[in-house]
Formats: sequence, C-alpha cells, structure tokens
Amino acid sequence: MTEILIKNGFVFDPINKIDCQKMDIAIKDGKIVKKVSESNAKIIDVSGLTVMAGGVDIHSHIAGSEVNLGRLIRPDDHVKDVVKKTALTRSGTGYSIPTTYVTGYRYSKMGYTTVMNPSMAAMKAKHAHEELNDIPLIDKASFTLLGDWWFALENIAKGDFKECARLVAWMIRSTRSYAIKIVNPGGLESWGFGRNVHSLDDEVPNFCLTPRDIIIGMAKVNTMLNMPHTIHLHTNNLGVPGNYKTTIDTMRALESVYQGDKPIGHITHIQFSSFAGDNWAHFKSGAEEIANYLNAHNHMTVDIGQITFADTTTMTADGPFEFALYELGGHNKWVNSDVETESSGGIIPFHFKRKNAVNAIQWSIGLELSLLIKDPWKWFMTTDHPNGGPFFHYPRVFAWLYSRKAREATLKNCNKKAQKKSLLPSIDREYTLYELAIVTRAGTAKALGLKNKGHLGIGADADVSIYNINPETTDIANTYKSVRKAFGNAVYTIKDGEIVVKDAEIVATPSGRTMWLDVQTKEPCRINDEMKRKFKEYWTIEFDNYPVTDHYIKVPEKISIKASV
Amino acid sequence: MITITPKRAFTVQIQATCINVDVFTGKTIQDIKNLPITEGKETITLNDAFNITENKTVETPNITLTGDFSKVKRIGQGMKTGEIVINGDVGMHTGEKLSGGKIIVNGNSGGWTGSEMKKGLIEVHGNSGDYTASPYRGTSTGMRGGLIIVYGNVGTDVGCYMQGGLIRINGSAGRYLGYHMLGGTIYVEKDCAIRVGACMTGGKIIINGTVELLMPTFTVDSIKPKVKIDATQTAQGPFYVFLGDIAERGTGKIFALKATNPTCSSYEKYL
Repeated sequence: MTEILIKNGFVFDPINKIDCQKMDIAIKDGKIVKKVSESNAKIIDVSGLTVMAGGVDIHSHIAGSEVNLGRLIRPDDHVKDVVKKTALTRSGTGYSIPTTYVTGYRYSKMGYTTVMNPSMAAMKAKHAHEELNDIPLIDKASFTLLGDWWFALENIAKGDFKECARLVAWMIRSTRSYAIKIVNPGGLESWGFGRNVHSLDDEVPNFCLTPRDIIIGMAKVNTMLNMPHTIHLHTNNLGVPGNYKTTIDTMRALESVYQGDKPIGHITHIQFSSFAGDNWAHFKSGAEEIANYLNAHNHMTVDIGQITFADTTTMTADGPFEFALYELGGHNKWVNSDVETESSGGIIPFHFKRKNAVNAIQWSIGLELSLLIKDPWKWFMTTDHPNGGPFFHYPRVFAWLYSRKAREATLKNCNKKAQKKSLLPSIDREYTLYELAIVTRAGTAKALGLKNKGHLGIGADADVSIYNINPETTDIANTYKSVRKAFGNAVYTIKDGEIVVKDAEIVATPSGRTMWLDVQTKEPCRINDEMKRKFKEYWTIEFDNYPVTDHYIKVPEKISIKASV
Repeated sequence: MITITPKRAFTVQIQATCINVDVFTGKTIQDIKNLPITEGKETITLNDAFNITENKTVETPNITLTGDFSKVKRIGQGMKTGEIVINGDVGMHTGEKLSGGKIIVNGNSGGWTGSEMKKGLIEVHGNSGDYTASPYRGTSTGMRGGLIIVYGNVGTDVGCYMQGGLIRINGSAGRYLGYHMLGGTIYVEKDCAIRVGACMTGGKIIINGTVELLMPTFTVDSIKPKVKIDATQTAQGPFYVFLGDIAERGTGKIFALKATNPTCSSYEKYL
C-alpha cells in the first residue's frame, strides 16, 4: 500500500488537543504513523488548507427497509436530482433519499468517512446489510431497534436484566449491529393496538411495564454488555408541543444509572423533542430548558436533527408520530407499518418551509440548542437525514454555527412570528473550526467508542479530510459563503490511506467496512424450545433463518467485546 | 424561423430538450446544429438526426418542425417565450413545464403533453395522449396555469392534480379525467369515461356529452342553466351540478349536460 505524507496543513484534531497547528500527517498501510520516508511517500502539499480527521456521522438513515420504501414512494424526489454516471462512478438519483452509490459519493465529497445507520429493524437486517454493502467510500454500522422487542420487554418486566442482556447480545450478534436503538419506548408496541404512550409512566399494553422501565432497563443492559456506544434514544412524545418536559424527565430518569465516568445515554434528534407550548398555535422553543439541563449534567449526549428547510422525506420507526404528522401535514401520501413483534415504521414526504411559523421555530430550536449547550463534546451535528434535511446540507448547518451573519441572513427570511419568538438574535456565539471538528468527528467518534476514528493520532485509521479554508487568513464568520462551499467540496478525502476525492471529484471507489459487535457474554442466552415456539407462533421468519450470516456482509469488521454477564 | 425536418425514420426514442426557442435564441445555425440530443443511449448532435435550415425573413413561428416527430420527446420543455409549430405527430412530454409561449401541434401529441405547465398555450389539432397536463409520477403539483386546447380526443388520466388554467377538449376524454384535481377548469365537448373527478377537491369539470358512470362519492347539488368556462366562454345547459369527491372532503364540481345524461335523472329526487 502506498505511503502518503500530508505536508504543511493546518491540523485540527480535538481528541489530541491539536488546534490549528501547522504539521505533517504521515500515512502508511491505511493507518496514521509517526513518519514515512519522503522519498517513498506520495507527498501532498496542503499549505494554507485545513486538515481534519474524516467526518463521523452519528445518525443518518442511509439504508434499510424504511429508506427503500421512501425511495419507492418518491419518484418526484428523484426526478429533480438525477446523477449521471462518469467513467468511475455509477449513475443514480438523489435528493432526500439518494441511491446507495450516490450516498457514498456525496458523503465522501463532504469529507465524511464514517456514517451510522441508526434504525434497523431486526427482521429487516439482511436487507439493510445488502444496501450498506452497496454504499462505497464510507465505513458504516447499524443500530438495532430493541426498545419494543417482545423478548426484551418480557425480561425487563420480570426484572431479569441479566437474561435480557444476554438476549440483546444475541440480537446484536445476529443482526450484525453496533448499538441499541430505542424509539418511543413502549409507544411502538402500543401502536400495534392503535394506541400510544404519552408520558414516561403510561403503561405499555400486555407487558405491565412503563417507558421508564424500558429506558432504565436498557441502559443497565447496555452497561452490563460494555457496549462502546450508549443507548441511542428517540424519546417518547416526539414531535408534540410541550414535549421538552418528557425529554427532561427521560434524562432525569437516567441519572439513577449514571456511574460518574462516561455518558449513559444519547438522545437523538433532540430538536424534535424540545418543543414548548400547549398546542401548535402556541408553539415555542424549549431549547433553553434542555440546554440548561445538559449544561448542569454530564450523563447525556445529544445530537440535534437540524432543520434545513428542504422538501424532504420523514422516516422513522415511530409509527404513531408519523400518523400524527400525516394528520397535520395535509394528508400527503404515506406509509405506516407494524414490524411484527419488534417495531413499527412510517414514512411521509414533508416540506419544511421558512414561511411556516412552526417549521421556522423548529429551525431556530435546533440552532439555539447547538449554541446554548456550552460543551461541544455533549452535542453533535446531524440533520437526522433525511428527516430534518438531506445530509448534503450539512455545510449550511456549519455556516449557521460559525457565522452569526449566516444565521441572521436566514432568520430574516423566516416567518415573522417565528422571528419574534427566536432566541437567536440574543446569541453571539460563533463556532470555531476546532469546535466544529468536535461536533462533526471527534465528539461523535468518542461517543460511539470508535477508538481509531475521529482523530489523527498515531494508530488511527487514515481517514483524513482536507478543506480549502485557510484559518490564518480567512475570517470564517464573515466569508461564510465561501467556507460553506469549501466544506461541501473537500480538496482531498483520504479513506484508509487511499485518496478517494480530489478537488471535489471522486477518484477512487473502494468499499467501506461494515462494523459490527461480537458481544461475548459469559454464558449464552437461553435459546430453548419456548423461544423457538414463540418464533414459530409470532414471527413470519423461522428462527433458523433469522440471523444475518457472514456472507451478507461484503467487508465486515468484527469488533469483539467482553460483557460482564 | 428555424425549420427542422427528420433525416430518417427513427426506431428508438430521441430526447430533444434543446428544441426550444429559449435555447435557440442568440445561437447561429451552426451552433444549433451542434446541440446535443440523445438517441437511445447514444449522444448525437441535432444535425445527425435532422435537417436544419434558417429563414431569416420570417419571424414567427420561431421554430417549425415538419415530419414525423412521434419518437422525439421533450420538445419545448420548460420554454418561456416564442412559438413552435409542429406539422406532424409529436412524442411525449411536449411542452412539459411550459412557462410561456405557444406550441401548436398540427397532428397528434404523445403522453404528458403540457405536464406541470405554468403558463402559455398548447394547441393540439389531433388527439393528445394519456397524462396530458398531468404531473410526473408521484408529484402532487399538476398544471398551474395556461391553456391547452385539444381538437381531438384525449387519453386517460388527463389533468391530474391540476391547480389552475383551462384544458379544453373538443373530443372525448378517457378514464380518470381530473384525478386529484385541486383547481382550474376542464371542458369536454363530447363523452367522458368512468371515474371522472376521482379524488378531486376543487376546480370544475364541464361535460357537454355523456358521462359513462359517475362515482358514488359525488352528490347532486343543483341544476344550472349555464356555466362559465372562462372569462369569455359560456357553456349552455341545463347542467346537473355534482359536488365531490366526498371521500376526500372535496368541493370540486362536475357539470354534466342534462340532455345527454338521462341516467342522471335518478339524482333529481334528491334535489
């Protein structure tokens, strides 16, 4: 494998506390090394450019059954964004739900090298992996939806967390996934009976337990299994005015499990869970309350789910929420489904508009949270692709973060009522490139427990992105448009020591790896006749056909961890 | 005036978005000849497939197409100004997203003629295909303004998701006329096949001939002696006025001529 020496760039590497230092990065055999000999190595002179580790996205729906259903119902989305093939790259379509190849190309062009696919129904895992195989240029992993899985609920209700942990470990192995995803805990199971849960203490039908029990139980299980990531939680009451109280209740509930070392939970797309006001007419931001809580506590991390004002497609496992959105959004075409004993799902096209008061306030909430949470290691930048906006709108979000001017320019065009309610004019904070590197790669890699990602220290994966931004001479806040453009068009993206993007053009298309956890428990879960009988009775897939086998994954990266049960 | 005639009979579809007054404006005849089009999967120039001549003495129409263009798609797509006259049949998507100007077809036109159009005029002197004035699959924004006149018949699914403008059909219409219509007017001189106005929530459909079968989700409202087609034209009745589609809580109107629809007399008892 070739050796590469990246010379004279301004390096931003928050994990190693390197802030805008002019230094060289040496790459050998796909890893960052101390040095390489200049005579053998390919030398890239990046004088005056910004060098960061490859971007790590913590939450982006890029593959799986819901994504593919979204593609099916939105031919109108594809027709406006047709991507032609080149000598190297494949053709495809884009916009809110790009085809697999286009997803890889576009992420790579922005300098992203690792993406987490956050919502995989266990039953549909094979499909998700087949799609992930076809996404080139990025490493990826999936989170399995386990918050409403019958076996888990039964054991939590019994209080048998150890057996629950063994079952979860079996499921993580069987679906080749990376973390525990919990969506509207209890709500999805209730949705099977046409109901929903509206607080942490509502009862889940037929299981004698509450969302609070599920969240705390799963957090305990996560700790028992020594999982690298925390539980990945989509809160109850998402998308309902006044839901910030539920979100704070959820975070408070998790305080009891916190052991004081590392975060215990991650709330995803928290913008959708930070609504205040009693109804849509009195809709307002609950960002301040959420940010105050997070500033005072260390046991949670969050990602934002920023709105970018796009004609997008919402998709989530939260079936009842999507039904509410269908009623609210003018009866657009939609999909709603129940995934047997595990989850549910829903898809609706949705256009977030500047002139709509609620949408504009939502946009403001996302940025208020980003700017009011003081420690950038506690929150991460996402748009919850494609729910808040497609992922290739990230540079826009960066601009709103590092430039007050950019925020004002957008706010000026927003709904007047929303402008009055927004806290943004009172916030002066502007992100630095160092902080931006935290919320887009270093922090996410740390939260995900990816030791070799998100930094440029020796031994890290040689995932590097280089942008045409000169931090010495550029005032990024004032020239936000050119910086935004630079973030969308990486000068170089290096993936595992191979140059894949040069001057915003794809120059190589290697396959990325699919990371999965081999959670080794001390004793296996009880796969007995009872479990097999239940599979026969309630699942449409036979027990023996259920697990994802090795041949489903093109380039696997098995990460073995030892559980304490 | 630019005159274009086919050099040969085409066997596969040609995509000719560039045959458009906006594109031709300001270009020399040589530039026009070199404009790219695709024939099947091959990219060729306009000159490879067509004879192109210029007549500087004649101003309008800006472009005249003569011959069989039935395999040539997307003529005048997105055009803003100018006039195109086609003497012969023309293919699909003619005048798609038209936002001004005029397209006259002295022959038949294919499917999706005037799809998603905003402004301007399309005149078809023969028949027009399926999905005339209807949007691309999955899109919920149909024709928003302008005028389409078809002197012959139209196919199925005409005027889907229509929001404004007028479609005047001097012949008969196929199934699903005005499906999901939200506004605007469709006038049919002759007969209309089943499921007219399905899922419509606004706008009006005037049928001067026989309605094959009215959907059960329409309710009779009144009998009116005449109805306005646009500011200048009026259709003489009397007409049965039906409101619907009730399944969609719609308030669209279907006007069916009393004289040609004796089967609708059973509705009179509800008036």
